[in-house]
Amino acid sequence: MNFSSFIQYIASGTAYTLGVTLVALPSGLVLGVLFALLYVYGGRVVSRLMSLYSTVMRGIPPIVLLFILYFVMSGSVNLSPFWAGSISLGIISSAYQMEIVRGAILAVSGEQMLAARAIGMSTLEAIRYVILPQTLRLAIPPWSNEAAIVIKDSSLVYALGVPEILRRAQLISASTQQPFLAYISAAVIYFALVFIANRLLARLERRLTIPSNP
Amino acid sequence: MPKPILTIKKLTKKYGNNVIFHDIDLVVNEGDTIVVIGPGGTGKSTLLRCVILLTKPDGGEIWLDDLEITAKGADEDRVRQHIGMVFQNFLLFNHLTALENVKLGLTKVKHLPEAAAHEKALAELTRVGLADRADHYPGQLSGGQQQRVGIARALAMDPRVMLFDEPTSALDPELIGEVLEVMRNLSLEGMTMIVVTHEMGFAREVADRIVFMEKGSIVEEGTPDDLFYRPKYERTREFLWKITELYGKKEAKE
Repeated sequence: MNFSSFIQYIASGTAYTLGVTLVALPSGLVLGVLFALLYVYGGRVVSRLMSLYSTVMRGIPPIVLLFILYFVMSGSVNLSPFWAGSISLGIISSAYQMEIVRGAILAVSGEQMLAARAIGMSTLEAIRYVILPQTLRLAIPPWSNEAAIVIKDSSLVYALGVPEILRRAQLISASTQQPFLAYISAAVIYFALVFIANRLLARLERRLTIPSNP
Repeated sequence: MPKPILTIKKLTKKYGNNVIFHDIDLVVNEGDTIVVIGPGGTGKSTLLRCVILLTKPDGGEIWLDDLEITAKGADEDRVRQHIGMVFQNFLLFNHLTALENVKLGLTKVKHLPEAAAHEKALAELTRVGLADRADHYPGQLSGGQQQRVGIARALAMDPRVMLFDEPTSALDPELIGEVLEVMRNLSLEGMTMIVVTHEMGFAREVADRIVFMEKGSIVEEGTPDDLFYRPKYERTREFLWKITELYGKKEAKE
């Protein structure tokens, strides 16, 4: 096997890596924002539930949840390795994203909510037009951290045999006896993905910055 | 007979066992400018927040025109549309330009069409002398300009009554004058206003009545001349002149 097809074999796993990330990260964002809003504005009982969810999900290693979803739940639901992996990563990420968004809401709300209510907005209108636009801007820097973590954690689905980057590196390392080249290639590809994602988010952050005088 | 816009009856507010104010009675007639003064911690700000239903009173009633707004089942969001509030710390929406700040309530609460909302918002900014700052974000405006945008934002909703909660307390002395001038003009135009402030020059010149609050109740109310020169209580005279002395230097700069 020549060098270029060696690399190509590993790199073609990028589609799965991106697939898992693009399911887990956005679904984690939607759930995270929703749960954060429920945590802050949902009243005592709901708030407790959200806190419990966050504590539990952040306390379980992603791979354990992945095994639970795949091996335990597979009795009742037919989940492919890809979906079992993406969903468990999404669930765990939702707990972290919820904490990120919750922190940002707490930094913005209070007085901004008061001002919005004072012109006759309902709580929901205030959240939509005043709280969230400021919150999400504030959440971008910590969120780009979470994005990097999910990209890297997507490698965990290799344990279920999804042919993503790490899985392919492992296979080709075994068949060619070239572990160094195989895993270094995987590392470089992961690094490139994280690097690009962080760059894009930094650009988004700059573009959304609200102008102010120093 | 002047027509009452706002009637407060036996209003009481407590936090636990801590009584913020009790049995407050106050009638505000159409076109009145009422200045509320008193030492810190006497519940002046809480009183305003109760009037605009941002804080729930523990007893008593508030009537806006012929409607009891503290009644069970009152549409609070709707009531708030008819009461304007200006905050000590401006509380502009930081992610919106001056124009968008004024426009937001018009499009999202009053559901005006975009063009009409734009025109109205620009007119309100013009009214406070900031049409040329329409595209600036709060972070690009001085404190005095931010507060004037705050006033325009409240005015845009065409409120029945405007509440000012220490509108100049957070401002540098040289910026106080521009805000007071806007408020003075509003008062002259006949806007009904309740103003919590320590600006005694403004109170003497503009107020129809001054209300002196202390320790959770109204000690005395009357015209500026009554309170400054013929107060019923020695305590009122003492407080008024102390405040005038303290804040007098700022006013001289205007």
